[in-house]
Amino acid sequence: MTSSARSANPAVADDTVGMSYLNRTPQRLLTVYLPLGIFVIVLLFPFYWMTITALKPNAELNNFRDYNPFWPSSPTLQNIKYLLFETSYPGWLVNTMVVAIGSTILSLAASVFAAYAIERVRFPGSRWTGLAIFLAYLVPPSILFIPLAVMIFKFGIYDSKLALIFTYPTFLIPFCTWLLMGYFRSIPYELEECALVDGASRWQILTRIMLPLAVPGLISAGIFAFTLSWNEFIYALTFIQSSENKTVPVGVLTELVRGDVYEWGALMAGALLGSLPVVLLYSFFVDYYVSSMTGAVKE
Amino acid sequence: MVDAALTRAGATTASARTPLMQNKLFLGLLFMLPAALFLLVFLSYPLGLGVWLGFTDTRIGRAGIFVGLENYQLLWDDSIFWLSVFNTILYTVVASILKFALGLWLALLLNEHLPFKAFIRAIVLLPWVVPTVLSAIAFWWIYDAQFSILSWALMKIGLIDSPINFLGSPNNARATVIFTNVWRGIPFVAITLLAGLQTISPSLHEAATLDGATSWQRFRFITLPMLSPLIAVVMTFSVLFTFTDFQLIYVLTRGGPLNATHLMATLSFQRAIPGGQLGEGAAIAVAMVPFLLAAILFSYFGLQRRRWQQGGTDA
Repeated sequence: MTSSARSANPAVADDTVGMSYLNRTPQRLLTVYLPLGIFVIVLLFPFYWMTITALKPNAELNNFRDYNPFWPSSPTLQNIKYLLFETSYPGWLVNTMVVAIGSTILSLAASVFAAYAIERVRFPGSRWTGLAIFLAYLVPPSILFIPLAVMIFKFGIYDSKLALIFTYPTFLIPFCTWLLMGYFRSIPYELEECALVDGASRWQILTRIMLPLAVPGLISAGIFAFTLSWNEFIYALTFIQSSENKTVPVGVLTELVRGDVYEWGALMAGALLGSLPVVLLYSFFVDYYVSSMTGAVKE
Repeated sequence: MVDAALTRAGATTASARTPLMQNKLFLGLLFMLPAALFLLVFLSYPLGLGVWLGFTDTRIGRAGIFVGLENYQLLWDDSIFWLSVFNTILYTVVASILKFALGLWLALLLNEHLPFKAFIRAIVLLPWVVPTVLSAIAFWWIYDAQFSILSWALMKIGLIDSPINFLGSPNNARATVIFTNVWRGIPFVAITLLAGLQTISPSLHEAATLDGATSWQRFRFITLPMLSPLIAVVMTFSVLFTFTDFQLIYVLTRGGPLNATHLMATLSFQRAIPGGQLGEGAAIAVAMVPFLLAAILFSYFGLQRRRWQQGGTDA
């Protein structure tokens, strides 16, 4: 096979694992490693720049002539100290955490029941309900925030964390339900039938059989929902007024920029610390993360 | 109580279907209740309310009255609105094409046999994981008019003489926000397409190679057709999120300079919240819907063709 492939096309560039032995190293260097290197550098540079800017003392920030811009010559924690002790930043972190955890728990609870009902109870109209859930996922927040703001105001929860905890599930529930439907589908029917024959109730089947088997799905949905709530911006910007109730993305953008004075060091430190929780969570659960992202698209 | 009833139903009717169906409907609705309640109150109702608000002159702090199509007539004559429509379409089309091309390329690269593959795949996804607003703030500093590191580096190499005004002039600003959007969107496209690539059996490629196919032919006639259902879904999502993007623009330019980067979403926000014209803002948001539907239908059916021809069902 090797010889016939070579004679057919000596310069075969490859995109599969199975035949990568056909490639010679110098060519691979040019067609694979070089573009991949450029991709990685471009994709990661902003984070590198964010980090070193956060560690630079103010004198070094704008002075590219006397200091090497790509490395802090005298790294300092003053930006982070300023952020933690002289601004409301710690409060924003707590708010974001509370909102993200609250809306994630709420959404997961509602989604587990919904996904089980659609996928396994198979009530009349469950197919249509599934489709409706999918369509709900396609409704973008940018066309919902104005009417939601009006409603939030009428409910009297404007400018409170509750406003966010109640509105985030609008995009979390469809996502989690869709994801969990996929997981429930992968659990064999026979297990449920056995339990039914043994006289288990639907509730027992759900809590004793389906949920333990769907734990990976629950983890995926949970961390994904947490990340989505942590990153949410337009609702938090619209529904929250007072500084002490803001979330990290909104707080950093609206409170750390005063007039024309950009405190870049503090801004970058804020961006860095605000990204850290989701990045840590991501690094612990990379596989769950990727599977939920690709799973949600593929189903 | 429900438990008891269901246990009985389950035990006695495991073979007989009809009584179970009755229970299924009741049980299904019971289980759907929390999610359905939430989505009806916070999703369906606001959708309707949004359409209604578009027909009123509601302002912040004042309930509006029905004014018919007045908001839409105003928008029809509003050059800024049409500029924002143009910007949104330009932004969506250019960014989606770039995201697709570069994302597919990155996916093909990551599908190669590489050292530290899992690690590279993990860090490549970072732009997508980090909150958009926070990475956009980093970009804001990278694009600074005076102290941009990019300008500095280019000047050092000798390619340019004076700093680039990334966000200062209309066309520069457009290119810059599109680049930033592409930067953020590539990982999503690449990682999902990579998952699709991994399901393509290597034996197909081996067979094609034996038949004398070039690498381009293998890509064109094996990889692309096998991937096309997934491409349709991924690009539909990508178009949807790009079209309704708000965060990047709000952080980087707030629609400026000279409204050159105002998208429909940012214009809607600006009119409704700082401007106080909730009715007009809602009208702009409603005006997004037909464009959005057209974009989704185009990307979904345009790219899905193959699968529909084969009589497959939609996912």
